[in-house]
Amino acid sequence: MNERTLRRLAGLASLAPMTMLSGCSWDVLDPAGSIGIQNLSTLAWATMFMLIVVVPVMIMIVAFAWRYRSTNLAADYAPEWSHSTKIEVVVWTIPALIVATLAVICWRTSHTLDPYRPIASNQKPVEVEVVSLDWKWLFIYPEYGVASVNEMAMPVGRPVHFKITSSSVMNSFFIPQLGSQVYSMAGMQTQLNLIADRAGSYKGISANFSGDGFADMRFQAKAMDAAGFQKWIDSAKASPARLDAAGYAALEKPSERDPVRLYGTVAPKLFDAVVMQDMHGNAQKAGEAGAQMTSMQMPSAAQQD
Amino acid sequence: MDMAKMMPMMVGKLTMDSLPLHEPIVMGATAFMGLVGLGVVYAIHKTNFWVPLWRDWLTSVDHKKIGIMYIILSLVMLLRGFSDAIMMRTQQALAAGGAQGYLPPSHFDQVFTAHGVIMIFFMAMPFVIGLMNVVVPLQIGARDVAFPYLNSLSFWLTVSGAMLVNASLAIGEFARTGWLAYPPLSELAYSPGVGVDYYIWSLQISGIGTTLAGVNFIATILKMRAPGMDLMKMPVFTWTTLCTNMLIVAAFPILTVTLALLTLDRYLGFHFFTNDMGGNPMNYVNLIWMWGHPEVYILVIPVFGAFSEIVATFSGKPLFGYKSMVYATMGIAGASFLVWLHHFFTMGSGANVNAFFGITTMLISIPTGVKIFNWLFTMYKGRVRMTVPVMWTLGFMLTFVIGGMTGVMLALPGADFVLHNSLFLIAHFHNVIIGGVAFGCFAAMNYWFPKAFGFHLNEKLGKAAFWCWFVGFYIAFMPLYALGFMGATRRLQHYADLAWQPYFVVACAGAGLILLGIVFQITQLVVSIRDREQNRDLTGDPWNGRTLEWATSSPPPFYNFAKTPKVEELDAWLDMKKKGISPLPETFQPIHMPRNTWAGFVIGIITIPLGFALIWHIWWLAAVSFLGAIGCAIVHSFNEDRDYYVPAEEVAEIEGRAAIAKAA
Repeated sequence: MNERTLRRLAGLASLAPMTMLSGCSWDVLDPAGSIGIQNLSTLAWATMFMLIVVVPVMIMIVAFAWRYRSTNLAADYAPEWSHSTKIEVVVWTIPALIVATLAVICWRTSHTLDPYRPIASNQKPVEVEVVSLDWKWLFIYPEYGVASVNEMAMPVGRPVHFKITSSSVMNSFFIPQLGSQVYSMAGMQTQLNLIADRAGSYKGISANFSGDGFADMRFQAKAMDAAGFQKWIDSAKASPARLDAAGYAALEKPSERDPVRLYGTVAPKLFDAVVMQDMHGNAQKAGEAGAQMTSMQMPSAAQQD
Repeated sequence: MDMAKMMPMMVGKLTMDSLPLHEPIVMGATAFMGLVGLGVVYAIHKTNFWVPLWRDWLTSVDHKKIGIMYIILSLVMLLRGFSDAIMMRTQQALAAGGAQGYLPPSHFDQVFTAHGVIMIFFMAMPFVIGLMNVVVPLQIGARDVAFPYLNSLSFWLTVSGAMLVNASLAIGEFARTGWLAYPPLSELAYSPGVGVDYYIWSLQISGIGTTLAGVNFIATILKMRAPGMDLMKMPVFTWTTLCTNMLIVAAFPILTVTLALLTLDRYLGFHFFTNDMGGNPMNYVNLIWMWGHPEVYILVIPVFGAFSEIVATFSGKPLFGYKSMVYATMGIAGASFLVWLHHFFTMGSGANVNAFFGITTMLISIPTGVKIFNWLFTMYKGRVRMTVPVMWTLGFMLTFVIGGMTGVMLALPGADFVLHNSLFLIAHFHNVIIGGVAFGCFAAMNYWFPKAFGFHLNEKLGKAAFWCWFVGFYIAFMPLYALGFMGATRRLQHYADLAWQPYFVVACAGAGLILLGIVFQITQLVVSIRDREQNRDLTGDPWNGRTLEWATSSPPPFYNFAKTPKVEELDAWLDMKKKGISPLPETFQPIHMPRNTWAGFVIGIITIPLGFALIWHIWWLAAVSFLGAIGCAIVHSFNEDRDYYVPAEEVAEIEGRAAIAKAA
């Protein structure tokens, strides 16, 4: 699909929420970024193609049942009739054609919406490392040396490249208004590329059940202009909290409804250490990871800039 | 040895804390279960039913009785699973904003897990296997299944699994992981309690029963058809049963192995699916869905068969496009093994992989679409009698096309990325499982009930139940589709957004309407049994049927047919009626039948303490009951008196009585 058709699709899809609703909470139908818009347009197009066959079939079900009800003696009755090559050809062909069309859409959008695919932009993406913990979200900004819990910030109009892992059980990292989600899994790293096209504070959730604290595993994704984003980074940097091995070990303990927290300094390669910590046995886990992390030098103020 | 050391050896992990003494809701449910159990025991005692119960039911190898018992189990478990549904709906209707509702996460998480496990494994599975049992041997003109004792064992293993799930309510806890128990959450590190162990052993035990049932039905259908019944003259329900059981035999061993690997992780410190030491939970997710997706078709394919029989019978026409129906069924069965990855497009597979599984998934909608068209053209130029089974069938067709459509929406990875795990998904699969499987079970129950019991189900109450379910389904699940678009995900014990609450309240009202439907169904059963003398089916063929099950009396004699029918055409019984061929022989012959046996029941029931002991680490009891089960099987294998001949005079007498009733 070339860009023009995509844009046209997006335009069409974005009409849907306008007409249907005025409220605020229809997140998936009210995307705030191009990935979300493409998710929605995929959905809208597929639905339209299917309705071509679904609507007539539903009408036929009611019409046939009514027309050929046993009390309607005026209708034809053909008690032996059970085969018609013509009809058979048609009933195999119509679904096949619809599915062929959908298969093309499927193939194309699977590629254009591949979560790992970088978003075309003249701006360099912001790198964000995401760790799901029991039961909160940690966001690390390796380029800025800061981190945050249960709140993330992103500049409007600039792609964001997420690297995602989990400290314990599986979760799914999902900001409905920005589009696609991807699982977070311990010992592994998944990726996701998103972009916000308008400023706002978007709800972020885990979309995969992860235990007792799951329902409260929410965060805010704040999309702001470049200045606002810089301000957010600066305020994070101003935070005295340090996310070093001890800080991470404390954070990793299960907790619910954690307040938003900002860390002014983060151990470098913390994310990689989190991904790698499960390579060792459970028993050694805390000690090993701790040792690995403590062996890392905390960056000095000079290095940070 | 002192007592402190003795206790763990005797009772494993069991302690007084294992009893839910501090949880009033659980205690109430346990007490209710206990009271119902006592009531049943009292009723049996009062009516002096112990001996007939043992002789005619528990030890029976008669496929019809085993089928009926499967369906009774299923209906009981439907009530249990539906109570869980009502709890979830009320909890979510209440727990908005800051409110926490009345179920804390530790309980709510068990409720949704139990709901899924019970509805799939102990409601839908027993129902469809029960239907196969009641109907298939009759449809193919056989006297029983190929392995009657195995059939009894299959059933009692399923009962054992169901009992373990129910025991978890009273003693200990059930899994809090969701119905597929994804690791690492289901690993010891994150689920140290016995909940996941209850899950594992109840599914293992009932799963073995299901696998054995699969073997049994394949053998029955391939080897025991009446003379003249080629594969392409088999009734469609038998065809769908054959395809289903091939799926069972191919898919259930995957479940068994997957759960066995998880068991090794939890019991012996292996690392198949753990986070650490090279384990990989993604393997579990793949394996469980390699079973899980075919499982969905194991449930729905047989009811497709039931709908086909119902549409043809009540339209007074042969099924339109029988051959394409058969090929469509085989196509669906085969393709069901090629789509499992669509359950986790969001796990980070590449675009090619996701697209492949998206397209294979959509391909399944072609044969499914063909089926819908074939049912439509069966009604076309027919004389459709608006009976209760037909109403369920029409309700199914309307509902299922919507479910199919939302399924294809989810099959597009690009769309699934925003709908995965949302309430849209929940609405989708209830759309196909309630609209397909449940409606199909109820259609089939109303259709074959007179055959199984010799009297009709009340039509008026049946229709009332249908309308409550049909309308209730839409009220309960359309709001969930909407909530999915709002970004509401599944398994939320509470939520912050107050704008969602009205939708949850409506959904709860829909569940209430379905509850009313269930009340009507219970009333229908009670009233029909009360009025059975007025509603007798003395003809054996109340609907002007087309297939062989209608060729014998209702209920059929235990040997099914006095004479094995000869099949010349598809719709064999209709053909016999047209040609004036009597189903009765000119002279009665002795009939070869299997004897009842205690072994299936006893071995099946012994697996309850076996499972319980494994769950609670009571090793001596596990060893004793395991050896007991094996010992029973060995003892039974020395019993060579397993079959007998029904004397011709007895057959003549039974058939004579049926003929007199028919004439009257």
